[in-house]
Amino acid sequence: MNDMTPTREQRTAALEGLGCKRKRVEDIRFTQGKGNYVDDVKLPGMLHGDFVRSPHAHARVKSIDDSEALKVPGVLAVITAETLKTVNLAWMPTLAGDVQMVLADGKVLFQNQEVAFVVATDRYAADDGINKVKVEYEPLPPLIDPFKAMDADAPVLREDLAGKTTGAHGPRKHHNHIFEWTVGDKELTDAAFKKAEVTIKEMISYHRTHPSPLETCQCVCSFDKIKGELTIWGTFQAPHVIRTVVALIAKLPEQKIHVISPDIGGGFGNKVGAYPGYICAAVASIVTGKPVKWVEDRIENLTATSFARDYHMTTEIAATKQGKVTGLRVHVLADHGAFDACADPSKWPAGFFNIVTGSYDFPTAHLAVDGIYTNKAPGGVAYRCSFRVTEAAYCIERAMDILAQKLGMDPAELRLKNFIRPEQFPYHSALGWEYDSGDYGTAMRKAMETVKYAELRKEQEALRAAFKRGETREIMGIGVSFFTEIVGAGPSKNCDILGIAMFDSCEIRMHPTGAGIARMGTKSQGQGHETTWAQIIATEIGIPADNIMVEEGNTDTAPYGLGTYGSRSTPVAGAAIAMAARKIKAKAQMIAAYKLEVHEDDLEWDIDGFRVKGLPEKFMSMKDICWAAYNSVPPGMEPGLEAVSYYDPPNMTYPFGAYICVMTIDVDTGVYKVRRFYALDDCGTRINPMIIEGQVHGGLTEAFAIAMGQEIRYDAEGNVVTGSFMDFFMPTAVETPHWETDFTVTPSPHHPIGAKGVGESPNVGGVPAFSNAVNDAFSFLGSTHIQMPHDFWRNWQAAKNLGVFEAA
Amino acid sequence: MIPGPFSYHRPATVADAVKLLSTLGDEARPLAGGHSLVPMMKLRLATPEHLVDLHGVAGLKGIRRDGGKVVIGAMTTQHELLASDEIAKSIPILQETALLIADPQVRYRGTIGGNIANGDPGNDMPALMMTLGATYRLEGPQGGREVAAADFYQGAYFTAIEPGELVTAISIAVPPAGHGHAYEKLKRKVGDYATAAAAVILTMSGGKVATCTVGLTNLSETPLLADAAAKAVIGTSLDPATLKKAAAAAEAIMVPAADARGPVEYRKHVGGIMVMRALQRAAAKAA
Repeated sequence: MNDMTPTREQRTAALEGLGCKRKRVEDIRFTQGKGNYVDDVKLPGMLHGDFVRSPHAHARVKSIDDSEALKVPGVLAVITAETLKTVNLAWMPTLAGDVQMVLADGKVLFQNQEVAFVVATDRYAADDGINKVKVEYEPLPPLIDPFKAMDADAPVLREDLAGKTTGAHGPRKHHNHIFEWTVGDKELTDAAFKKAEVTIKEMISYHRTHPSPLETCQCVCSFDKIKGELTIWGTFQAPHVIRTVVALIAKLPEQKIHVISPDIGGGFGNKVGAYPGYICAAVASIVTGKPVKWVEDRIENLTATSFARDYHMTTEIAATKQGKVTGLRVHVLADHGAFDACADPSKWPAGFFNIVTGSYDFPTAHLAVDGIYTNKAPGGVAYRCSFRVTEAAYCIERAMDILAQKLGMDPAELRLKNFIRPEQFPYHSALGWEYDSGDYGTAMRKAMETVKYAELRKEQEALRAAFKRGETREIMGIGVSFFTEIVGAGPSKNCDILGIAMFDSCEIRMHPTGAGIARMGTKSQGQGHETTWAQIIATEIGIPADNIMVEEGNTDTAPYGLGTYGSRSTPVAGAAIAMAARKIKAKAQMIAAYKLEVHEDDLEWDIDGFRVKGLPEKFMSMKDICWAAYNSVPPGMEPGLEAVSYYDPPNMTYPFGAYICVMTIDVDTGVYKVRRFYALDDCGTRINPMIIEGQVHGGLTEAFAIAMGQEIRYDAEGNVVTGSFMDFFMPTAVETPHWETDFTVTPSPHHPIGAKGVGESPNVGGVPAFSNAVNDAFSFLGSTHIQMPHDFWRNWQAAKNLGVFEAA
Repeated sequence: MIPGPFSYHRPATVADAVKLLSTLGDEARPLAGGHSLVPMMKLRLATPEHLVDLHGVAGLKGIRRDGGKVVIGAMTTQHELLASDEIAKSIPILQETALLIADPQVRYRGTIGGNIANGDPGNDMPALMMTLGATYRLEGPQGGREVAAADFYQGAYFTAIEPGELVTAISIAVPPAGHGHAYEKLKRKVGDYATAAAAVILTMSGGKVATCTVGLTNLSETPLLADAAAKAVIGTSLDPATLKKAAAAAEAIMVPAADARGPVEYRKHVGGIMVMRALQRAAAKAA
């Protein structure tokens, strides 16, 4: 019999809890084509809607004639701003406190803006109808260059704001100005610069790009006229927020709105906001009494819903000759497009960009961000990053390299010299954050040792000499990036969305046979929540992860939560899960004490059940406690075993990492090769190392794409020139480099399980590593900063500008 | 990205296909692999009222040796070119080039006939066909005719095809044994059209270039034969100065468009680099 008794190790392994490389349970359906996405929702009598879009970046809409469209067989209705005005929905509020046209109201402000919504019996008829809607435009001068937005003679974009000198975030300086946001001590910072021995100043742009998830934004809206209920299936990263927004703007009772996020094919920030398609599909369903589906195509996704970045960051660092930083000054010109539709926490017009002091001990800093309107699509979403954190990380990591170059110091050495030291945590940054924990030096040194950094620098030196002798046309760059993220929005003291605190939630119900269901306010879009959430519960309550079903995305069944973006799920919902599980465990302990006839305090937790201290044979498994919860609870106790937790985090979490990229560039063609990419991530406690590795691979691939070519580019007339995957760089497996991953573990001191979140770190840290590699490659030829993206032709142009072809 | 309405036809013979194309007129388009036409239809940049699907037409597929020539049916897919022992043996540059077209899924479906007949300057096979001196067999309402690849391309999407005509086969004289060949293509990623590409077929004699042909892809509205570049290397051992001269001669005839692949100056510059690299690699392969 004793041979049959599982060992402690076997009992722990059987749980597949924290730290287990558990295979993703959702992949069983995804890899067999059995996922259930919005476009899989097919309802009887369902209609299809699609948009007439503006070919102009800026134009007055003189007239819309739908008479020919309505003659197309299958076309039932053409909705315009005039239609929407009858239900007061021609404009909608944005998450950033601005308003946005749902359909063109008198003007269009960006190319591919929604002008009319054609509703038809099938998608083909809808598109036939679109081609028959006649819109008469009077083109107006477009404003494309953000640096010209606040010129005195710049065209007036937002006529609806005429005379409004104050916006949602304070005074407006100009008709195209949205807000100015300042943080930090200006006087102290100016003084630091005045007495600085060394300063650098560079305008560092992070170009406009797009999250471009595999599945585009889409929804099915079904209004039941009899019950007065609206059901929306949609690609929502935050379904509860969508429900509240719909209740507020459509004036429907919130209990009669059912929002369902089924399987989602990637979000990356693209699916946080509310888009005209959702409003139009809902209105069309209310008007026709039938379900209406709206599905974006790729061009619409890239050109109309939610760009990311477009930050132009004039950055200055003050330092001593020995390379100790003494001050940071950043001014950002933030191009928000035609409407301010950033999906940031409401009080944060530039997100958490004030993490821009990075991993370094800046005694003082000052930041000012000016948000402006241009004739481009609205958005400004957090593309696989916490709000504006990737812009901040790029800004400081590029600037530190520029400083190193000016000082003649090695960039890794400069970083080591200026890191916040382990004993300084919790660390209060000059721009107002409290960093929870970190050990930067250990991570940086581990990265340098692993890649043999010193040898790489020697090799680079030799190659540079050979290049100067004309023996090679290849140059080599070593990109170092050390990032600190700020994730887990967020504590109610500083984070809300439309007044709702950014907590998150978990409800766990244990069933009699030792199984259970757990529901959260988050929503996986590929992150693997069904796998990892169950692992947290497994370790907390000793029930195998396989016996816990995780369900998210249905607002009728899930507890209210703020959704999944900004790496907030693990820091916030992950904590709620642990806290709910601990409530279960506390009740289980009372039941076990009753059944084992001892006092609760005489019990100790042992992997998967409670044991009487000193009497190892007196043990009750959690499985048996579940059964007991439904038939023999202590007198006076309610039966059942379930718990709900709403977790308001005391602080953000601060994951960090050290990335090193080794790259070669052929100056004759600009073609680059990533020779090596090493990524060390410290995300605190690691829930599932395999999923972490997958997350890092995915985020690095996006970072590679962004740094090396992925952009939303406009020509001078405001036409998007990168509106399809032909020109918008989406790397395939062939282009994607090999990734080496590594880690250190510095748990978060305030998180119940010490986890910090990881999904977005590789995007945040990856972009500066690639860009620093390119810039490092060219630096010996005399350049200090080359703007992204670093695609082939721009690399060639950089080489040419540096005189590489003059001798030839 | 939703196409407009169209009628679908699936003829069984070349004669039927030609008859359909000639009677239906301008509003009919033949459908081969569909990798150019179908996306254009989805964008409604092409709105043909009739599609004449060639997949049911007998005798349009296959690769056969005909004396000193290889004859390839127009509906032969890129994948079939890659799988052919005859092509591997006699015209290996066709396989090298086909491998640089898109990805395996596209190559299973995409045909050589579609690639050469669409007149898309981004397609890789047209410049190669000019370099190889290929001729195209056209069948039309007035009967059949042969057109040299070099005479076929008139402008972007404009070719020598007359209304109602169909390309049915491609005929290529087998290059001499021991010839050197290379197709150098610079592209941003798998599936992209060339930023610039160059095809080279040459023979060497005593360490010097004896004969040479150079073709250029996506550097003008049509594929180009870089005759002056080819002439510049004859009789040389492809020393650096000669290579530069050839590149300069090739660049002189390039008129690429500025697009997301880069400005005109860049595309011409890398066009010259592709010519130099193709010449060097072809020479290294030649016996």
